[in-house]
Amino acid sequence: MCGAATHRAAHLFFKKGWKGANTMENSVVLEMRGICKYFPGVRALENVDFTLRSGEIHALMGENGAGKSTLIKVLTGVYPKDEGSISLEGQEAHIRSPQDAQNVGISTVYQEITLCPNLTVAENMYIGRTHGPLTNWRKINRDAGKILSELGIPARATQQLGSCSIAVQQMVAIARAVDMDCKVLILDEPTSSLDEQEVSKLFKLMRSLREKGVGIIFVTHFLEQVYEVCDRITVLRDGKLVGEYVIEDLPRVKLVSKMLGKDFDDMAEIKSEEDVEKIEYNSTPVYEAKSLSGTTGIQPFNFVIHKGEVNGFTGLLGSGRSECVRAIFGADKVNGGKVFVNGRKVRIRKPLHAMKNGISYLPEDRKRDGIVGDLSVRDNIILALQVMKGFFHPISRAQAEKYADEYIKLLSIKTASSDTPIKSLSGGNQQKVILARWLLANPVYLILDEPTRGIDIGTKVEIQKLVLKLASEGKSVTFISSELDEMIRTCSRLVVMRDGKVVGELRGADLNQNTIMATIAGGES
Amino acid sequence: MSSSENKLQNNTLLATIKKIVSKQVFIPIAALLILVIFNLAADPSFFKISVDKSSSGDPIMSGFLVTILDNASELAILAIGMTLVTSASGGQDISVGSAIAIAGSVMLRVVCGTSARPESLHAPIIVAFLVCVLVSMAFGAFNGVLVSYCKIQPMVATLILFTAGRSIASWINNNQLPVVSDPKFGYYGNFIPGIPVPTPIFIAAICMIVIALILKFTNLRLYSQAVGINPHSSRLNGINPQLVKLLTFVILGACVAVAGFIKVSRLSTINYAVIAKDIEMDVILAVALGGNSLSGGKFSMTSSILGAYVIQFLTTTLIKFKVSANAIAAYKAVVVIILVVMSAPIVREKLGSLKKKVLSRKTVKEVA
Repeated sequence: MCGAATHRAAHLFFKKGWKGANTMENSVVLEMRGICKYFPGVRALENVDFTLRSGEIHALMGENGAGKSTLIKVLTGVYPKDEGSISLEGQEAHIRSPQDAQNVGISTVYQEITLCPNLTVAENMYIGRTHGPLTNWRKINRDAGKILSELGIPARATQQLGSCSIAVQQMVAIARAVDMDCKVLILDEPTSSLDEQEVSKLFKLMRSLREKGVGIIFVTHFLEQVYEVCDRITVLRDGKLVGEYVIEDLPRVKLVSKMLGKDFDDMAEIKSEEDVEKIEYNSTPVYEAKSLSGTTGIQPFNFVIHKGEVNGFTGLLGSGRSECVRAIFGADKVNGGKVFVNGRKVRIRKPLHAMKNGISYLPEDRKRDGIVGDLSVRDNIILALQVMKGFFHPISRAQAEKYADEYIKLLSIKTASSDTPIKSLSGGNQQKVILARWLLANPVYLILDEPTRGIDIGTKVEIQKLVLKLASEGKSVTFISSELDEMIRTCSRLVVMRDGKVVGELRGADLNQNTIMATIAGGES
Repeated sequence: MSSSENKLQNNTLLATIKKIVSKQVFIPIAALLILVIFNLAADPSFFKISVDKSSSGDPIMSGFLVTILDNASELAILAIGMTLVTSASGGQDISVGSAIAIAGSVMLRVVCGTSARPESLHAPIIVAFLVCVLVSMAFGAFNGVLVSYCKIQPMVATLILFTAGRSIASWINNNQLPVVSDPKFGYYGNFIPGIPVPTPIFIAAICMIVIALILKFTNLRLYSQAVGINPHSSRLNGINPQLVKLLTFVILGACVAVAGFIKVSRLSTINYAVIAKDIEMDVILAVALGGNSLSGGKFSMTSSILGAYVIQFLTTTLIKFKVSANAIAAYKAVVVIILVVMSAPIVREKLGSLKKKVLSRKTVKEVA
C-alpha cells in the first residue's frame, strides 16, 4: 500500500514536471563542457562540448568511431570521464554509474531492447521502481495504462511485452524512461530494426515528448530521419567536436561532408553503364537455382546470376529476401530444388558445400551470425579460408599475419593491431573484417545481406564501390540493402519479393524508386 | 639527465611488468610462486630431493617436489581435456571421476579376465589400455552427443554418468575387486626399475607433447574457440559446431582413459567408491585457475596445466603441514576463493586502475 502511495506522488510530480517544462521552453537542460576520454592508445573524446535544450530533438551525428557512443556512455556513467564537466539545469552533476544518471533524470533507450519480454508491459515499466515488499499491481496496471494512452502507445498494460512488435517494445522502454521523470532522453539507434510505419509511430511519440519539454538526444545513421524529426545537429569526427548546427542551416550534403571531413563523392555516378553492358547473359550462369525451396516460409523460386553481375533482392522486411539468399548458401534447411554452379549440378545443403563451390555469404545479423567476438581480427579474417582448407591444414601464423595485414590495409580497417579482439572494433570496421574474411576465401559468387546496415556513411560508400569493383573483376555479387537508393546505385538487376514469393524482376530503365515501390506493393502502378 | 633516464628505464620496466601481468598464464604462475615462497620461508627442506633405494633395490627419487609432480599427473592430463570441453561447450564435464572408475575397471577386467586374483596377466597391458581408451572415448562420445545434439546443459548431461559411472564400473568386474600380482602392471603408476623418476610424470609429459602437436598441426584451437564464442557464426563459416563439441568430449574421454590407467596402476587394484573421488572438481578448478573463462571461448592450455600443478602443490603443502585430511578441503576452499576472485576480470580491471592511480600520484609528487 505504502509503495502505491509513493508511486502516486511520483506520478503527480512527473505530470507537473511536464507542464513546468513547457513554460520555460528552450532553456538549457544539459551542458557538457570540455569532455575528454582516453582509452589506452586512443583519444576517444577530446574537448567535446554538447548542449541540449529542453523541448528539442538533438541529433548526434558522426561516423563510426567518431565518439558518439563514447560521449553517450560518459553521459550515462558507463565510462568515467577523464576531464570536463557535466551540468544539468545549471547544476554540476556527478554521474558515476548508470544508476546515478537515472537518478538525475537521464534515461537511455538502447538499440537492443533491454526489457524482459516475458513480463507484462506494466511490469516492465515499473520493475525495480516499486517500494516495499507489497505491490499494488492493479494500481500499477491502471497507471501504466494511463501513461500508454497518454503517449498513444498501442499496447495494453497487462499484455506480455514479448507479444508486442519491436517498435512497441521500444516505445514501452521510452514510456518507462519518461515516467521516471527524465529530463534528458537518449535514443541510441532506436530505428535500426523498425520498418517505415513503426518509425513514423516512434517519431510521433518523440514529437509529443518534445511538446512536453523533454530534451531528446537522437543517435542514428539514417540521414532522412534526422531531417524529418530533429531540431539541431551536433557533429563529431575523430573524437572532436565539429560543430552544433540548427537543422535549417545544414543541408544534407554539407552534413555528410562535415561528418566525413571531405567533400562528398557524387554517389550516383559510381555505377557505369559500360560495366552493365559487358555482362554476357547468354553464357552459362555462375549460379542457377531451379525451384529452390527452404523450410523458412519461402515459395520455391528460380534464380540466375551471371559473371560480373550485381543483383539485388528487395522487398519489405519479412518478404523473404534474406531467406532466399540463406537458402542459396545452405544456411537454413533446404528441402527441394536443383542448383547449378557454372552449369554443373551440385548439392548445397550446408554452408560448407556452398563455400566449396565458391559461394560466400555475409549475413544480415553481424553480431549473431558474423563476428566471433572474442577472437582476434586476424582469426576472424582467416576463419572462412581456414575452414575451407580443412581441419588438418592450419594456416601458419606467419601466413595468417600476412593475410590479415593485407586486408586490413586493402579495406583500411581501423584496428590497433591484428591481435585486437574484433568485438572492440566499431560496427563498420567489424563489417569490413567480415567482408575481408569472405574476400580472402576468393569466391566466384558473393552474397552480401545488408552489408551497410548500422555503419557510417563513409564506409557505406566504400562498400558499394567495392561491390562494383568486384563485379568489374568478374565476380558475381548479390547485394541486399533496405535502402532502395543504395540498391539502385549498385545493382543492375533487382529481384522483387513479396510474402515469400518472387513477384518481379526489374532491370535497366525500370530500376527507379517508383517502379520498384509499385512492384513491391503489387497492384497496378 | 640521469633522473629522466632513470624514469625512462622505470617506464619500460613498468611496461614489461604490465605486459607480463596481463598475460593469462601469469595467474597460475603467480599462485605457484606464492606457494614456493611460502614453503621456502616456512621450511626450505620442502624442496629437498633425495635418491633412495626402493624395497627392490632400485634407485628412486623422493621428496615433496617429486610427490607433487607425480600426483598432479592425472590432474594435468584431465585438465587438457577439460579445457577443450569448456572452450567448445561453455560447460564442464562433472563425470570424469566416475568415468575414471569405469576406465580403471575395464583395464583390470581385460588384464585379469574373470578371476579376481590371476596368477599371470590375461592380456598384454597395451591391449588392455587400448580397450580402455576405446571404452572411455565411447563414454565421452555419449556425453558429447547429449550436449551437442540433444543440446542438454553439459553439467546436467554429465550428471547421468556422474551418478551411474561407479555402479557401471563395479558391474564390469561383477562387484569383485581384482588385484594384479604382476609387478609390471605397477610400473606405469610407480617406477620403472632403473629409472628414478616416477612414471606418471613421463606419461603426463607425453600427453602434453601430444596435445601441443595436435594444437599446432590441426585447427582444434580455432574451431573450439569459435564454436564456444559464437556457434551461429561458426556454422555459417562452414564449421559443424555439434561435431566440434562432440570431438572435445571424445578427447576428454581419451584423457580419462590415461588418467584411469595411471590410477589403477598405482595400486594394482581398484576401489570403485573411492578411486578418483571428487577429481572432477579439482580439474574444473585447474581450468578456472588457469584464468580460462568457464563459459567457453578462448583458452590457454598451458595455464590450465599449470593450474593443475598449483592445486597439487597446495594439497601437498597442506599435507606437509599436518593439516588433517578433513580440514584440507576447507583450506583449499579459502585459497581457491582468493585465487578465483583475483583472477576475475572485473577485479583485475579494478586493481589495474588502482595501480594506475597510485602511480600517477607518485609522478605528481615527483614533479612537485
